[in-house]
This record gives sequence, structure tokens and C-alpha cells, in this order.
Amino acid sequence: MRVGRAGRIAQVAVPLGFLALFFGWPLGAIFAHSLRAGAIADVVTDPFLRRVAWFTLWQAVLSTILTLAVGLPAAYAVARYEFPGRRAFRAFVTVPFVLPTVVVSTAFLALLGSDGPLAFLHWRPGVAPMLIAHVFFNVAVVVRTVGGFWANLDRRREEAARMLGASRRRAFVHVTLPLLAPSIIAAASIVFLFTFTSFGVALLLAGPAHATLEVEIYRQAVDVPDLQTAAALALAQIVAVLAVMFALARAQERRAVAQRLVGAADAARRPRGREKIVVGGILAGTTLFLGTPLAVLAWRSLHVGGRWSIGSYRALGTSASTSTLFVSPWAAVRNSVEFAAIATLIALVVGGLAAVAIAARPGRATRTMDAFLMLPLGTSAVTVGFGFLLATENAPRSIANSPLLVPIAHAVVAIPFVVRAVVPVLRSIDPRLRDAATMLGAGPRRVWREVDLPIVARAFAVAAGFCAAVSLGEFGATLFIARPDWPTVPIAIQRFLGKPGQIYFDQALAMSVILMVLTGVVVFAIERVRVRELGEL
Amino acid sequence: MKRVLVAAAAAVVVAAGCGSSAKHAAPSGPASSTVPPRITTVTLLTHSSFAASKAVLADFTRQTGYKLKIVQPSDAGVMVNEAILRKKNPVADALFGVDNTFLTRALDAGIFDPYVAHGLDTVRAALQADPQHRVTPIDESNVCVDADTSWFGHDGRPPAPTSLDDLIDPRYKNLMVVENASTSSPGLAFLLATIAAKGDSGWKAYWSALRKNGVRVDDDWTQAYQNDFTAGGAKGDRPIVVSYGSDPAADVLGSSPHRDTPHVEVIESSCFRQVEFAGVLHGARNVPGAQALVDFMLSRRFQEDMPLQMYVNPIVSGAKLPAVFTKWAVDPAHPYSIDPATISAKRNDWIKEWTDLVVH
Repeated sequence: MRVGRAGRIAQVAVPLGFLALFFGWPLGAIFAHSLRAGAIADVVTDPFLRRVAWFTLWQAVLSTILTLAVGLPAAYAVARYEFPGRRAFRAFVTVPFVLPTVVVSTAFLALLGSDGPLAFLHWRPGVAPMLIAHVFFNVAVVVRTVGGFWANLDRRREEAARMLGASRRRAFVHVTLPLLAPSIIAAASIVFLFTFTSFGVALLLAGPAHATLEVEIYRQAVDVPDLQTAAALALAQIVAVLAVMFALARAQERRAVAQRLVGAADAARRPRGREKIVVGGILAGTTLFLGTPLAVLAWRSLHVGGRWSIGSYRALGTSASTSTLFVSPWAAVRNSVEFAAIATLIALVVGGLAAVAIAARPGRATRTMDAFLMLPLGTSAVTVGFGFLLATENAPRSIANSPLLVPIAHAVVAIPFVVRAVVPVLRSIDPRLRDAATMLGAGPRRVWREVDLPIVARAFAVAAGFCAAVSLGEFGATLFIARPDWPTVPIAIQRFLGKPGQIYFDQALAMSVILMVLTGVVVFAIERVRVRELGEL
Repeated sequence: MKRVLVAAAAAVVVAAGCGSSAKHAAPSGPASSTVPPRITTVTLLTHSSFAASKAVLADFTRQTGYKLKIVQPSDAGVMVNEAILRKKNPVADALFGVDNTFLTRALDAGIFDPYVAHGLDTVRAALQADPQHRVTPIDESNVCVDADTSWFGHDGRPPAPTSLDDLIDPRYKNLMVVENASTSSPGLAFLLATIAAKGDSGWKAYWSALRKNGVRVDDDWTQAYQNDFTAGGAKGDRPIVVSYGSDPAADVLGSSPHRDTPHVEVIESSCFRQVEFAGVLHGARNVPGAQALVDFMLSRRFQEDMPLQMYVNPIVSGAKLPAVFTKWAVDPAHPYSIDPATISAKRNDWIKEWTDLVVH
């Protein structure tokens, strides 16, 4: 895109400045404080830590492959076919993404535990439950990132290949898949980062014998505590993440093909004949896998002492009235929604600028920026959290305790989603479209508005839905920025779970169902905005 | 996974803050008075389990004139480390919630200034761990082994266990869940109980036997109690759990539908005492406010509020316990305990040996 010099500088300076301030500075502070050459050497040669690193890597790779395997068929169904409840389905797959791990663990145990209907599967903490949980949490990343891109692919290319005699499979492998590759790589890189830094899932579902690097860094920083070892491990984690991200960004760039992207409405149609069975099967399977644990939670929250009751929901209000520990559901929802709105806004602006810069100027410089923007997703939370405390040591106390830090932290996590969702689409827009517009006398701004924006709007909507979901479900940043006067829904859930007694546990489940509904509604609402915009196409 | 990353550094805010303060400083003119204005807010750094009645905290403000601001990151471990990292410019004025397993680490780092609280004379001398009064004991609780009484004693099942040795009896095979001593505070406390009970020579053999008897290790209390314990929220499959001596009272208070008798029973001879301390942070901006807050925490008003809010026991003489506590909560006269300095010196070795023995 042709923009002025000032615009080009802003595209790079704003994202990098934001990242440097809210991520680079704290990280630098903790490294300056604790990183020592001796500790790095010890970490690299320690056989136990090498085992931990190896386990972290292979489980993340396996989790990513499995998530793609489950998510791609669903992405295909929502991108290519029109069916009743399509938008609701897209919102629905996002719900698992926001749930607290321990609540999901409760649902899994209800289904798979010794009294559950699936007890014959002999569910025990271990690697398999961890992988299944990773898929459960992250399917949304694949469905939404790849599905969003797929919906813009012109299906006539595939149909042309079919007309020329290619089988359905051949047309997919040789025509569609190469075109999809950048978005698949984009989704894979996010899933990889989330599972590579797995903490709650690793702790609860893999069991103590299978620590990830993230868990070990936390243990070293908090429990031992040995900040030098923690910092050395965090550095190792960052190096690994950067290497993988750099390779993926390169692959994504190489595979980008300019093509004719179309509005989503043109790409999707109702399934015909045998397609009905295939699409129906994919949707039913995905819904069953993601929906059953959610349904169990909803059922349990409404089933108190052996009968139907909304008592747990009613009790939420009374618990909040006397103790400082509890918050009313309305206040928690209001805090969550406000934080999500601010975080989404920041992430869209900062991430959007970065995406434009990355897409417009492929090369080593923007590839590096791309990898760095992903880094916060792949860096240990406790390291950055402690670094933040050091970085603000000489700042007024009100800054370290400011509630504004919560949405800012959420935005730092959400920015990679914006970049990943928008860059593949921007790269794929056929430059001839822009040239044609320019020839017809449109200025750079007009070209952007008329050519890029309508197609990119869908990608931004996908990203916005994700930003909101990241913020609504985020719990870790608040591990370090905790102001009890601003508790979010996940924090409220955690507080109920921390107290023994059936009524508190039931209220935690009720609050979790509120989080599920809130996420579904917010993401669904964002999808609606998108459809209206695209209607102008 | 949702435990994300970043905490954001607030430099934008920092810049804004600096800018505006410079602006205000500019037209300063001759200083009118050298007496600093009285700071009206006192900030408390505490862990995520801290709770109090809103009415009680309102009384603190009424009595002292200070507004209370609470900063509540994560668990006690994170809190102590944060306080140590920010020793030069603390984020708060007072800290509550460092326990006897973390105490020496906090004292060695020098994060507290000495203060002899009003009412300290009513606290049992045995609980006063620091002769220099850098910290003040506020509450005590017991980490104990709990059993689900509704599970045991029928359908050919044995009676509920009553001692540590029962737990390694094959009759109780595959029935117990404990927390990871490396990542969980009750998990560590139970390891310390077994070390105190079986001695330096015997605790490893005991844990080998527990492992042979099918003990399950969860990473934290929530998973162990709420999800895996048969009397927990999700009604799991393990009727024996490491938790707290107050659980029978909590079980009655939180029962649904309501019951007058608990389903949770405590093995009294398994308990390890946890004492939580408060202190005035070194470098506090509002020292009188922090001192007033520590005093208030030893007042009967706050002490009598603690049991129902945090399920811990008051420690000042004369503080009344709620009826449900006197009736059901277990507060053994002679729980196990280990001197904080010894814990501090040996905890990493103990945890490493325990991990190799039980987890790997």
C-alpha cells in the first residue's frame, strides 16, 4: 500500500514501541537483574532440564498437529458451506478457548472419571489427556484463522481444476491446500506457542511427572526460588520460540500467493447431495467434542443437590454482599467487558498497523518484527510479571497498581492474533486490483478503502472476536496485576474454587457458565458487525 | 495457557505520570509548609485467599481514618517474591499472609521493619517466631489429612483412617490424593508433617510406602480437593485428601442441600501448623497507617471475623470462635511443626528428594 513517509514510520514504530514498552522493557529488566552466564551453562547441561525442554517441544508439536487435524475439517465446513446457525457455530467454537483449565478439568472428570459415562476409557492424568485438552482449547484458533481465510478463496479455481478432470482430492491437494498454506501456518504458529507455554493444562491434566518449561520456570522463580535458573530457562524458551517463529514466518511469506479473493458470500453455498453427509458429519463431530464438556458444566450448574435449581446463580449475589473475596456477577461481567473492549481496540490498532507493514514489505526486517510480535505468547508469564515489577521500581506506585495494565496486558497477547489473521489476507490481495484502481485515478487512501478494506474487514472481524475472547478468558496477567476492586469473571471463578464447600463450588460452575454465555454473545455480536460490512461488497 | 504472558510495563502511563507531575511541580513557588500532608490511604499486599467482611474493613477506616487499598497478586509464594523484588520501593505499606514456610526467606531479604503491635501480649508466645518483631503473627491453621466419612464404613469398606500409619495400610490402597510439595503450600506442609513425624531417617520410607499404596499427586489444592476428593465440589474418586483442619466446619457451612453434620473428618494426628504473619514493609510510604493496620488485625473485631472469611483460627486470647467452628473444626493441641529456619535451610533438598521419590 502506498502511504506517506509518516504513515510508513507509524506502521513500524507504533507496534515496536508498544511491544518494547510493555514487553521488552520488563523482560530486559528481569534479565539484567538475574541472567548470568554461569546459570545458562548449568541449564544447558542439566539432563533433567533438557528432558523438560524436549518434552515441552514434542508435546507442543504433537498438540499443534492434532489441533489442525480436528480444526481443519470444521474450518472447511464453515468457510465453504451455508447452513443454519453458521454464525452461531463460529461463536460456539470460541467458547472453550476462554474457560479456566480447572473448570474444564472438572467437566472432563465428570465425563471420564470413575463415575462418568466414559469411565471405560480409564482416564488418568498423563500425556494423552494433556493433548486432548490442548486440542479442545485451541480448535477455535484453526477454525477461525483458517476458516476466515478459506471463506475468501475463490472456489472457481477449484471448480476449474475439477472441470479439467482432477479428482476432488487432487483438486484440494494441488489447488486449495497451497493457497491455504499461509493461513494454516499462521494458525499453527499460534497453537504451537500456546501449547509450548502450556501451564494450567500441563499442571492439571498431565500430572506432576510431566512438567513443561513454563511450569519449571514458574517453579524456579517462585518456589525454589532461583531467579538465575528461571531467567536462563526463560531465555532458552525465548530462543526456541524465536527460531520456530522465524522459520514459520519465512514459510508463510514464501507460500503467499496473490490471488483473487472474494467476499465470503460468494464462496459459500448450501451443501448438495453427498456433501450434506460430509458437512453434517464434520459439524456434528466438532459440536460433540467441544459441546459435551460445556453441556456437562451447564447441567451441573443447574442441578443442585440432585434436582433442577437456579440456586447457584441466585447465591452469586448474596455471596458478594458481605465478603471482600466475592464479586457480584454483574460487576464481574461489567469489568470483563470493559477490559475486553479496551484490549480489543488497542490490539486492532497496533496489530493492524503491524500487519500492513509486514504484508507490504516482505523481507528480513518485517519478518523479524513479525517474530518479535509473537514472542509475548511464547514467553513465561512469571518472568515478564517479575520483570514488570523491576521495570516500574522507580515509577509512582499508582502505575504498578493501575487497573489499566490489565487490558494492556491482554492486548499484548491479542496482537499476534490480529497479525496472524490479517497478514495472509493482505498478502493475497491481487496487486493488479490496486493497480487498476490507481489507473482509474484513485489515491492511495481510496485504493485502501475500496480494494483492501472490504476484504480485510473479515480478517479484522475474526481478529476482533479473538481479541475479545483472549481478554475475557485471560487469567495469567492478572496474576501479577491484581486489583481486587476490578475482578473479572475468571478471577471470580478462581475465588469460588479456592473455598471448600459445595455451595462455593456450585457458584464457580454458575460463574463459568456465565463466562461461556458472555463469550458466545460477544463473539457472535462481533460477527454480526462483520456481515453487515461485507454486505457492501 | 490463558495464563498469559505479559504484564505490561506501564511506560506510557509512566511517561504520562512524569509529565503531569513535572507540570504540577513547575509553578511551585516558595514552599508554604514543610509538614507533609497526612497520607490517607494504606495499601496492603496480600495473597489471593485473603478475605474479610466488608463491614469489618469499614470499621478500620472509621477507627483510624485510613482508607484501605488491597493489592492481591496470586498465591503466597508469588506475593513474597514480589515483595522481595520490590524491596527498594514497595508496592504497598503492609504485607499479610507470609507463613512459617516462607518466613525465613522474607526475613533474610529484609523486607520488613520492626514493629511491636498493640495486643501482641495477648498472643501465645509460641507463635511469635521473630524476637525482633519484624513480623506479627495474625492467624493459625492446620494442614491435615481429611477423610470422607460418608464414603467409609459401609458396603464392605474399612472405617475411615485415623493415623498416618493407616494411610500405608493396603486396606486404604488407591484412596488418597495429596498435593505436589513442590508447587502447593498444603502439599509442602504435609511433607513437613511426615518429616516431623517420621524423622530424617524415616520419612522417605514412609513416602515409598504411600506411593506403593497408590497415592495420587495433584499439582494444587483446587484440583485435589474440589475435583478428586469424594466430598469435594465435583465429587471425585478419592475419599482421603490433604487439606485443612477447618474443613469439617467448611463442609457444614457450604453444604448444599444444608446438613448439620459434616461428611469430612480430620485425622488429628496428621496435622502440621501453619501460622500467617503480617508486617510493616521496609520503605513503606505510610508507616503509621501500616502499623495501625497490623494493630487492627490483632483486634478482636478482625480476629473474630477471620474464621468464617478465611477458615483460619484467631490467635489472641479471648477471641470467640463461631459455633460451627467450636463444634466441628479441628485445632489439635500438639500439631507437628518445624522451626522456620530449618525449613528454609532444607526445603529445596527435601522437595528434590521427595520429587525423585514420589513423582518421577
